[in-house]
Amino acid sequence: MTDSSKPTMPGVSRRAVLAGGAALTASLFAPKGLRAQDFPTAAVNTTGLAVTDDTVTIGILHSVTGTMAISETGSVQAEKLAIEQINAQGGILGRKIEYIQEDGASDWPTFAEKAKKLLVNDKVASVMGCWTSASRKAVLPVFEQYNGFLYYPTFYEGLEQSPNVIYTGQEATQQIIAGLDWVNQTKGAKTFYLLGSDYIWPRTSNKIARKHIENFMEGCEVVGEEYYPLGHTQFNSVINKIRLRKPDVIYAIVVGGSNVAFYKQLKAAGIDMTEEKPILLTISVTEDEIRGIGGENIEGAYACMKYFQSLENDNNLEFVKAFKEMWGDDMVIGDVTQAAYLGPWLWKAAVEKAGSFDVDKVREASPGIELTSAPEGYVKVHENHHLWSKTRVGRAKADGQYEVVYETADLVEPDPFPEGYQ
Amino acid sequence: MQTDRKNRFLTREEAVYFAILAAVVFLILPLALDPFRLNLFGKYLTYAFVAIGLVLCWGAGGILSLGQGVFFGLGGYCMAMFLKLEASTPENTAIQSTPGIPDFMDWNQITALPWWWEPFHSLFFSLLAVVVVPVVFAFIVGVAMFRRRVGGVYFAIITQAIAAILTILIIGQQGFTGGVNGITDLRTLNGWDIRTDEAKTALYFVNGALLFACLFAAQYVRRSKLGRLLIAMRDQEDRVRFSGYDVASFKIFVFCLGAAFAGIGGAMFTLQVGFMSPTLVGIVPSIEMVIFAAVGGRLSILGAVYGTLLVNWAKTTFSESFPELWLLGLGALFIAVVMTFPNGLAGLWSEQIMPRARKLFAGGTARPAPASPDTAAGLTQPRKAAAE
Repeated sequence: MTDSSKPTMPGVSRRAVLAGGAALTASLFAPKGLRAQDFPTAAVNTTGLAVTDDTVTIGILHSVTGTMAISETGSVQAEKLAIEQINAQGGILGRKIEYIQEDGASDWPTFAEKAKKLLVNDKVASVMGCWTSASRKAVLPVFEQYNGFLYYPTFYEGLEQSPNVIYTGQEATQQIIAGLDWVNQTKGAKTFYLLGSDYIWPRTSNKIARKHIENFMEGCEVVGEEYYPLGHTQFNSVINKIRLRKPDVIYAIVVGGSNVAFYKQLKAAGIDMTEEKPILLTISVTEDEIRGIGGENIEGAYACMKYFQSLENDNNLEFVKAFKEMWGDDMVIGDVTQAAYLGPWLWKAAVEKAGSFDVDKVREASPGIELTSAPEGYVKVHENHHLWSKTRVGRAKADGQYEVVYETADLVEPDPFPEGYQ
Repeated sequence: MQTDRKNRFLTREEAVYFAILAAVVFLILPLALDPFRLNLFGKYLTYAFVAIGLVLCWGAGGILSLGQGVFFGLGGYCMAMFLKLEASTPENTAIQSTPGIPDFMDWNQITALPWWWEPFHSLFFSLLAVVVVPVVFAFIVGVAMFRRRVGGVYFAIITQAIAAILTILIIGQQGFTGGVNGITDLRTLNGWDIRTDEAKTALYFVNGALLFACLFAAQYVRRSKLGRLLIAMRDQEDRVRFSGYDVASFKIFVFCLGAAFAGIGGAMFTLQVGFMSPTLVGIVPSIEMVIFAAVGGRLSILGAVYGTLLVNWAKTTFSESFPELWLLGLGALFIAVVMTFPNGLAGLWSEQIMPRARKLFAGGTARPAPASPDTAAGLTQPRKAAAE
């Protein structure tokens, strides 16, 4: 790794190279950063990015207004926390990170407009941003055209691998397969009822779930599959069908405001999730959503994620503490918020490995980047720009937190184009 | 009659106003702005097509449509379908299970191009469809509504429902339409890369030229007997009907014309922004477009263009400076304009600025200003306007 930084960085002191190597592991509270004078601006920035002798500017592009604001705010907060912590350690290559925040306003054309503004006008070195697949699809051509670099935090449907994006959330197989296997092996579940909101992520996820259930899980079957428009609030008919078919598992990928109606109506219809008849398994409800749903309405449900706020490891305890110090004690931290927090850290590690802010060099340096300090534990960037992560299953408690009941022994390899699941 | 001032296509004053707008669009903006900002203004101008149509339908004809986004969207989708097919060559889509079809179809397990996508391989057909599809749809809606004498608030509500229905349809049929994501990643128009700065600038000028074509068409309608009948219908529909005119046909015509303008605007939007999505079809954008017309002045076609530019520019600027508060600023702007100047910017110009300027220059001997019906770019002041 030191070799890779040598040719691009003539005249770098041995100490700086060693420090660069050490920073790869990006220990969260490393005592010292690198010194800017060891990395002259002309050498670390050959493509005209917004890098000065003591600062580097990046973009934050999320919705802080509109329907998505409630979901994306956590990501913005996590990214700002990470930036502050990196700056407190001395920044990146001796430069403080400054950010320009833009509002995507829950509107996909606005996302494209703002992405272009950040890249063309502000020349930001990287962007932390987007949440929904639709917003990512809208900005993707912009990032590819102007060679920007995006850290995208949300768990999503996969089927994508852009050279200009690092996906810090899970692609679909990482979130689905381990959870299904777990519910089958430990709970003996055989029949599954799939339902979701009607757009690409739930549909693709359920497609993968169905293929896995039918082709890879012996004796298991899907007994129903249904979709509802975003914002739908009447789930009585599907709840009746569920009671009729009596599946072992309700596999729910309902998103946004529909969640509130869905879980309340399930409870009102007498389906007590704490009794596990049937088991409810979801991949769309994080701690953030539970705040809207109400812990008492979803108590007993299982969620399959890579991160829960209740994870007990030193990294996470520090992270939760710092997050609450910065944003208030009543904050909750969901899976995506944690993934967003990884963005600036992964970028820092990649820049330091490359010894340059140039997008092409950062891209080249990114695969293989490891983060031992991640709140979710150890993660590593795969060749395909996704992260190796563990999959975990948590059980919702009445206080709105999850109790972790299972985690995969090893990191799960990201596979955005899964064979046999198309 | 041809020499009658009121019947001339443009009065001298209006010619000046048109020339000023032309100077703004073709000279000042391109010279003052970098390619990125110019492209943004190009995007704003695509909404101006809708606003002009609204001035005709709403300001002149009294037909308030809260569903113009439907026509904007239809035009935009027709264009996007052509561009998407061109971008989805088998080489570009080799990674898919079925190469050669748009990527979102592949994600939705569709294995062959639906028959109604096939004609969009043809540029000529697509350009035709940009205008024809919205017009045909507007004609169907218009016949269904106006022949039954549905008007006013009921018409507004129904157009809004149509906008909602179309959004749900597009999102629900995601295998054929791209769903919530819309149709993205558009690259070339007949081999010409539309993503480069040069292409964006060229498209900006094409957009400006088309806008002026629509402005002239709108001005022609307003100056014609048809235009005067529209105003008569707005103010006294029954009287026009009793005079032997077929009120419904006139309404259908102007509604279709507004739809055609909106369709062209939508197609230009797709070309300049590089994608089309249902967020531009639904209720919210449709109402936003009415706001553009209201801020500019719903009685003035040029005012509508300025209103569109102002509101969108404010939207971009506020949101860049105050990412978390900008909506409030925008709301305040809208309330301020509508409270203070019910006829929008054009009203501010013709009722406040011009009379004072005249007084100043003519030493108080000027003719009483707003009495002349053709001040301020053909602003035909209705007697009832304030009451509406």
